[in-house]
Amino acid sequence: MKTLVFLEHHEGKLQKDSLGVLGKAAALGGEVEAVLLGEEVEGLASEAGKHGASRVYVADDVLLAAPLPQPRVDALESLVIEGGHDTVLFAASVLSADVAAGLAARLRAGLNWDLTDLVEEDGRLVGKRPALGDSVYVDVGWTSAPRLALIRSGTFEPAETGGSAEVEKIEPRLQDFSLAARMVEQAHEESEGPSIEDADVIVAGGRGLGGPENFVLVEELAKALGGAVAATRAVVDAGWYPYAAQVGQTGKTVSPKLYVAVGISGAIQHKVGMQSSGLIVAINKDPNAPIFEYADLGVVGDLHEIVPKLTELVRARKAA
Amino acid sequence: MKPSDYPPPVDSAEFVAAPGDAEIEVGVLIVGAGPAGLACAIRLGQLLEEAPELAERLGEVPVAVLEKGKQPGSHLLSGAVVNPRSLRRLFKDRVRSDEMPFFGRVEHESVYFLTPKRALRIPAPPTMRNNGNYVASLSQLGRWLAGQAEEAGAMILPETTGQRLLVGDGRVRGVQTGDKGRGRNGEELPNFVPGDEVQAKVTVLAEGTQGHLTGVALDRFGLQGDNPQVWALGVKEVWKVAKPLGRVIHTMGWPLRPGAKYREFGGSFIYPMGDDMVTIGMVVGLDYRDVELSVHDVLQELKTHPLVRKLLEGGERVAWGAKTIPEGGFLALPKRLHAPGLLIAGDGAGLVNVPALKGIHYAVESGKLAAEAAFAALQRGEAPGRRGALAGYDEALEESFVWRDLKQVRNMRPAFGRGFWLGGAMAGLMTASRGNFPPGDASLEHDAEQELIRTDRAKSYPVPDGKLTFDKLSSVFLSGNQTRDDAPNHLRVRDRVPPEIAELWARMCPAQVYEVGEDAGDGDVQVEVTPSNCVQCGAITAKGGRLTPPEGGSGPEYKLT
Amino acid sequence: MKIAVCAKHVPEATAQRRLDPQTKRLDRSGEGTLNQFDVHAVEEALKLRDSGADAEGEVVIVSLGPERALEAMRKALAMGADRVLLVSDEGAAGSDLVATSRVLAAALEREGADLVLFGQQANDSDGAVLWAAVADRLQRPLISQVAELTHEDGKVRGKRQTEFGYDVIEAPLPAVIAVSDAINEPRYPSLKGIMGAKKKPQETVSLGDLRVGAEEAGETGSRTEVYALSDPPARGDIQKIEDDGSGAEKIVQFLQEKKAL
Repeated sequence: MKTLVFLEHHEGKLQKDSLGVLGKAAALGGEVEAVLLGEEVEGLASEAGKHGASRVYVADDVLLAAPLPQPRVDALESLVIEGGHDTVLFAASVLSADVAAGLAARLRAGLNWDLTDLVEEDGRLVGKRPALGDSVYVDVGWTSAPRLALIRSGTFEPAETGGSAEVEKIEPRLQDFSLAARMVEQAHEESEGPSIEDADVIVAGGRGLGGPENFVLVEELAKALGGAVAATRAVVDAGWYPYAAQVGQTGKTVSPKLYVAVGISGAIQHKVGMQSSGLIVAINKDPNAPIFEYADLGVVGDLHEIVPKLTELVRARKAA
Repeated sequence: MKPSDYPPPVDSAEFVAAPGDAEIEVGVLIVGAGPAGLACAIRLGQLLEEAPELAERLGEVPVAVLEKGKQPGSHLLSGAVVNPRSLRRLFKDRVRSDEMPFFGRVEHESVYFLTPKRALRIPAPPTMRNNGNYVASLSQLGRWLAGQAEEAGAMILPETTGQRLLVGDGRVRGVQTGDKGRGRNGEELPNFVPGDEVQAKVTVLAEGTQGHLTGVALDRFGLQGDNPQVWALGVKEVWKVAKPLGRVIHTMGWPLRPGAKYREFGGSFIYPMGDDMVTIGMVVGLDYRDVELSVHDVLQELKTHPLVRKLLEGGERVAWGAKTIPEGGFLALPKRLHAPGLLIAGDGAGLVNVPALKGIHYAVESGKLAAEAAFAALQRGEAPGRRGALAGYDEALEESFVWRDLKQVRNMRPAFGRGFWLGGAMAGLMTASRGNFPPGDASLEHDAEQELIRTDRAKSYPVPDGKLTFDKLSSVFLSGNQTRDDAPNHLRVRDRVPPEIAELWARMCPAQVYEVGEDAGDGDVQVEVTPSNCVQCGAITAKGGRLTPPEGGSGPEYKLT
Repeated sequence: MKIAVCAKHVPEATAQRRLDPQTKRLDRSGEGTLNQFDVHAVEEALKLRDSGADAEGEVVIVSLGPERALEAMRKALAMGADRVLLVSDEGAAGSDLVATSRVLAAALEREGADLVLFGQQANDSDGAVLWAAVADRLQRPLISQVAELTHEDGKVRGKRQTEFGYDVIEAPLPAVIAVSDAINEPRYPSLKGIMGAKKKPQETVSLGDLRVGAEEAGETGSRTEVYALSDPPARGDIQKIEDDGSGAEKIVQFLQEKKAL
């Protein structure tokens, strides 16, 4: 097996998800190589080596400075054709999804996405992915090489294997149409914290809060955890919080790593908006609230007591 | 205390408007794509096929059908065991029974009287025999009929409500459709689009139970009969089951209470839908008195009965829905079912035979007769707005089996106001005498006129376990309801009432639209309303409020009900 | 300006969507509807057409699906789109990303639109990322996740939503744009629009009409396959505790154990 892993970087750091996928590739075995495309990114190659790559291809070009997908498709195409990689892995992101799909079309190669696992079964590579709102799982595969895969964010944790990588510089030929789109203004980290769609942590408030003035408890906890604030339909209806924060059947669907539900009963209209969260913690004084049927940790108690204390403890832990 | 003491803030005149410039004109406008409306559209298509000059005269769109649901069938719900007679008459030899979307003929049936633990088989009352009838999903039947109507040339306009009746010079000229894109307080959102005036030579109201414009028309043209309409609320589920049911079952008795003071008239039905599905429903008259009665929860309770539990074992709930049924029958029919430029058909008119649990074939027949009356008037070149031009409809209806059947059973439902046992006995007498005994006509009281009592009924409702029994919110979800949260409130109720009334509504509503809110002073409480849960069953209209049409396309998306 | 919108006919988003245990794919046998995300693309196309200076603006809906997909596409016509081009061919059933992009690109080449719009995903999770594959086949510049789109002098500018905030990207026409659902509030079709939809041109073509070989589409043209369905991994043990004053500590402990803190 010869795998190529697309490494994404932002503001001088390799993305955690990319490193996680690299580690998984190493675990799967065979030759594992990585590719770094951008401007002045060579310095990141050693990090890739530590996380499982035996070789890192680096293209350092001002034309690759902006995180645009199409030039990357050109670079990967020649790399894969020359390198003969049978597997190309991407950690899913806005950028890598477009790169992977463009590459699939370019190479006429199979692409499976939203994978939450990759295993070898009966001599072939099998991807596992959720479907229908995570209510059922599907085993997917490829009928030819190279096999392209997009791995769902947060699936694999990075693990240092302590190796080192050979760096190979490449100078990909970029096509005219690939260079037609240009970055006018690049994004910078928002100062207000993540939007609920992208947040890794969400703290959501429901009717149990009792009134809009108590949303400050939710906001404080969210800030301490570095997360975003969400709300249920009931409180948005009542005008306690804006619709943009509504999670549920008629609001947004989110899948953060951690979802803390404060004073939320968890009826199905809410559940369908957050059921694929990694971890669900619920605080509610009603022991029969439906949310306790699917929260990984449910605490029956008074949120007015528990939440402030929790916020304090979290702050203390983070400061330590 | 009774709900009628707290009438809703609504005036029918609000829903009548003078027609403006004719921007959209159709030949015949039918409101409601249910069995009555679609039968009307199909029959008109058949007649117009033979009369091309008239079809031409009616313009680009000779027949249009408005449907407030996402598509025909989305808001249709019934048991149902259908008498195919009217459908056969409608289609003649163009479509065979086995081409219609039925689930199979009724071969066996049983009627049980239930006690909490036992099921006593009783002989099926003669009014309830179902030989030769078919089990169907009304939603599926509606979908199929819509296809037939389109093939016959009708234009179906889904996600469109009939909001106001256009009346000019004393005659109905069409309908104004509802606005879309209003916010919670009625404000215009960025994608606001106002309703349109659709003018037509003849307007047929086939809106089903609690028809909005039907109510408006009855008021506007003074068509109310001597008795008010009364309703029952039916809540049903569809289950995938491990073993085929093989027979049609009706039950009476438990969980309903026989005493006259409760006025709990109703029972349940369990019908096989093919070999792998079953539908089970609970129907209770809305003249019940107990503040704590919740038909949805009574249905959940019913499922815990050993007989029912066994039938559903190993199965999975796949659908849920609720809808009211007009139960007044013959006695509650309006004085006339036509007015200048207007015809009223189906459940909206109240053409339901309660003892036989049948209404669909009457709806189809009345739709067909309405089509024929409209066609005749149009063909004569008469302005259908002329007084009496559409009287042929009432005449035809009065000659038909619809009238005959309903008249025969006219006193049965009111008899049950005296309680199950006495009512049952009287019903037996009436059947035997073909409606001649007791002579004369009973009278009906409005459901909201019933004095309320409280009996701790809620104590015996099962706590939902998510496998056999379910709560209201997850049921609303299963109905496919995705109504947007910021839509204006389409339910007219007083916002402050005594706590008993608020609790009555909270329990009554199968979709958990109403909740008892905060103290509002003077012994009253605030009524909390979540209109986006509403599945438009119409129960509130029977018990002190008024359901008006919400934005077109909202509400449930029934498929199997 | 001619704008093509790639739209998909998907099973309705009711609680009853299911995977067919035989084919292991989404059961598409029932009624379908226009993918909600594509409705945003249709709306954006209509806005662009109507704000354009030229009287020649046209919005054409391009779709790959069964015959009955035409009904679903009518919603777009009711909203104001001008035409529908449906590619309907047994041989295209079961197409994956590679095959679908091949077919759609062929249809889009035929149309020769200045701008091709996609919705950002399909509710059946089958069509995700199709736009990038199609853009590559067409060899046109691509901007995806666009939350705001402007057009001026033969160029388009899109505000792209990413994990790090918004990028502003510019591309010359002809281009491919995938719009996010945050870009607009789609209009309701007017009654006149609904009534006029059926009369608008609706063309159905086969793979052969597009000169797409049978081996390039359908399962033969696909490079991925589905092996099996399984239940989701169990969430793990669910814990429910009463707060005795130490609730907050227990939560922190739990989060640390799970490496969430």
